[in-house]
Order: sequence, then structure tokens, then C-alpha cells
Amino acid sequence: MDVGKFVQYIASGTAYTIAVTLIALPLGLLIGLLFSLLHVYGGKVLKSLMTLYSTIMRGIPPIVLLFILYFIVSGSINLNPFWAGSISLGIVSSAYQLEIIRGAILSVSSGQMMAARAVGMSKMQAIQNVILPQTLRLAIPPWSNEAAIVIKDSSLVYALGVPEILRRAQLISASTQEPFLAFTTAALIYFMLVFITNRLLDLLERKLRIPANP
Amino acid sequence: MAKTILTVKNLTKKYGENVIFKNINLTVNEGDTIVIIGPSGTGKSTLLRCINLLTYPNEGEIWLDDKEITAKGCNEDIVRQHIGMVFQNFLLFNHLTAIDNVKLGLTKVKHMNPVEAHTKAMYELERVGLADRAKHYPGQLSGGQQQRVAIARALAMDPRIMLFDEPTSALDPELIGEVLEVMRKLALDGMTMLVVTHEMGFAREVADRIIFLEKGGIVEEGTPDDLFYRPKFERTREFLWKITELYGKKEADKK
Repeated sequence: MDVGKFVQYIASGTAYTIAVTLIALPLGLLIGLLFSLLHVYGGKVLKSLMTLYSTIMRGIPPIVLLFILYFIVSGSINLNPFWAGSISLGIVSSAYQLEIIRGAILSVSSGQMMAARAVGMSKMQAIQNVILPQTLRLAIPPWSNEAAIVIKDSSLVYALGVPEILRRAQLISASTQEPFLAFTTAALIYFMLVFITNRLLDLLERKLRIPANP
Repeated sequence: MAKTILTVKNLTKKYGENVIFKNINLTVNEGDTIVIIGPSGTGKSTLLRCINLLTYPNEGEIWLDDKEITAKGCNEDIVRQHIGMVFQNFLLFNHLTAIDNVKLGLTKVKHMNPVEAHTKAMYELERVGLADRAKHYPGQLSGGQQQRVAIARALAMDPRIMLFDEPTSALDPELIGEVLEVMRKLALDGMTMLVVTHEMGFAREVADRIIFLEKGGIVEEGTPDDLFYRPKFERTREFLWKITELYGKKEADKK
């Protein structure tokens, strides 16, 4: 395998890895955000349902869940492995993001809700204008951790046949008999993706930080 | 006769078996400043929270401007727009500047356009003497300044009545004066106010009536002169004496 082909092969694998992450992470955020709000503000029944969801999802290895979800998702709607894998990975991540955001909501003081209601805001308005802007700021550091995990876990869709970096590395390794080169290249790319993502989120956190917040 | 703004009839609040207060009756007329005093744990704060429906009473009625707000189907969000509330620990929105704190209710609840809301918010900040702090975040303000912003935030909604829940209790002694000064000015401007406080100097000077609450019931109510000089009950005299001495000392320390 010549160098040009090697690079192109790895590059398109990287593109898949990024694409899977860019679908899974926001999807997990959307579900996690919605479910965390239902957990905290939705009343007793929804709270237990959300707890059940989170407990089950976090109690099973992601790869096992991925297979189960993959067969449910691709069985109910006709999707290719890339989409089914990305969506499944997003669902796995949603349980962790639920807990991250729930923790952040709970660390915004309860007085903030009371003060918002006292000016005449409805619960929804208070959540939207007072609770969430503070919650999301608090959630950035732990969320950055989850972003790193999703980037790395995107390697799991390899098992579904999505040609992302790990699968590409495997193929290169098989055809060139150079496993060390192939896998260290993959490792380096994962590392760079995680590193850059965390750096960007650090910047975001600093930019959004509330001045002299008590 | 002055118009009645707020009427509380036979109000009772319990948490389970625990009775917080029982059969409270209270009338507040337009322009009145009423001060509620009493030992801690007698339901003063809970009473204020019931009045703006942050918590619901178990029995009794609350009327605001000839409308029963405890009636079924009454929209609590609309009721609260007409009742300003100032909390002991300020509770400014931490992620917003002083001006945005005052503006939020105007734009989101009253749906005022941003330019109008800005003008109104600036006017309210001027009223509490903090126009020059408009761009500061709560964490960049002293406790006294935060509480004055909180007062401006409540005033901006043009409430019919302002409730103050121990507004100076969380403040350092040297910051209490600026908050009381704002409240004194408000009372003189004719704002209707219901104030829970231990500041006897303020009560004596500004209150039209003082209500002494203890163990979930009104022990005695009357003008400051009545309560300070001609109390009907020994218990009232004892409490007032104790608290004046306690807080009087603190005032003396300030000088």
C-alpha cells in the first residue's frame, strides 16, 4: 500500500469517526436534556421512569447496548449501519448526559426558581430563562468528559461494519502486516480529536463564565 | 377611607400535622406600610410566601384588589406579577447583569419591547441609586447593592403591593442602612408594603401598623406607639424590649 492511499484511507476513516460523533453527541444531548428536565420537573411518575431508563442504560456495556439498539433501530426503520450505529451510540450517551445535566440543574440554587416565579414567570419560562442558562454553563466541564468518551466509543460502531478509523486501521494492518503503524496512527487520531474537542470546550467555558459568580 | 389592597381571611397553613399558623386575619390598605415582627419559626416568611402563592395555604382566603387569588382556577403567574417580593438572600439571577435582572420580567412576562424595557429598568435602578452599577453582575455587587437591585427588579413590574421577607437579615451591619433607606423612600412615595423585619428603628419610624406574630397567631397589632408604649400584653413588651436592645446595640456599634 503506497503512502497516498494510506493517507486517503485513514482520512476517510477519520471523517466517518467525526460524522458518527457529530450525530451521536448532539442526539444524546437533546435526549439527555429533555429527559433530565422530565426527571427534575416532571413529577413522580416521570422521575421514576427516567431513573429506570438511566439505571438500565448505564448498567450495560455500551457495545452490548449498541448491538441491541442497532437491531431495534435498523429493524424498525430501514437504516444503513452508519445511521443506525450513530443513533444507537447517541441513545447510549443520552443516559450519561441525562445525569450530567440533572446534576447541573440541581446545583443551581432552588431560590433561582422561586425568584423567577415571584416575578410572574411560568415554570417553563423560568426553566428557559433562568435555570437552563446557568445549568448549561455548569454542565460544560463534565460534558466535555462525555464528549471525549463518545469520540472514543465511536470506535464501537466498527463492530457494525461502519468503516471508521478503527476498522480502517484493522484493514491496513491486515493488508500491510504493519499492525503497530496502523493502530498507533488510529490512536494518534483519536487523541487529537479528543484533545482538540476538550480544548474548544475549555475555551467555551471560559468565554461563558459568569463574572465573579458567588 | 383608603382602598383595601390585600385581605387575608382565616388563613391556616400546615405541613402535615405541623401547624405553621392558624386563622390569620389581615387587611392592608393602599399606601400602608405594615411591619410583621415575631420570633423565628412563627410563620412570618411562610405567611408572605402564601400571599404570593409560592406556597398554598390549607384553609382561608386571600383577596387582592377585590379578587380572591386563592380561588380555584386563578392564574398564579398573573397574580404574582402584581405582587413584588424581596427575599432575605436577594436571589438575583446569577447569570445576568443588574439591568438584565430588572429587565427579564419586563420582556418575558410583560412582553415589553427591549427599548422600552431598558428605559424602565434604568429608571428603577436610578430609584434605588444603582444606575452606575447597571452592567455589573450580582457577584460584583455588595450584599446591600444586590438587595437594592432585587428591590428594583420587583418594582419594575409595577406591583400593587411589595412583600419584604427579612430584607436586611443577611447583610453586614454597615450595609443595612442603604437598603432601609430605599425602603423608607418607597414607603414615603406611597408604595403599599408588607415587611417582615427585626429592624425596630425602621418599624417605629415607617410602619403604619405593627403586627406581632408568635406561635402561629397574631398576638397583638397596632400603631408603633401602641405597641412600644402601650402594649396590651406583657409578651409584646418583653419581645419588643429584647429585640430593640439586641438590634439597638448593633446600631450603636455602627456609630
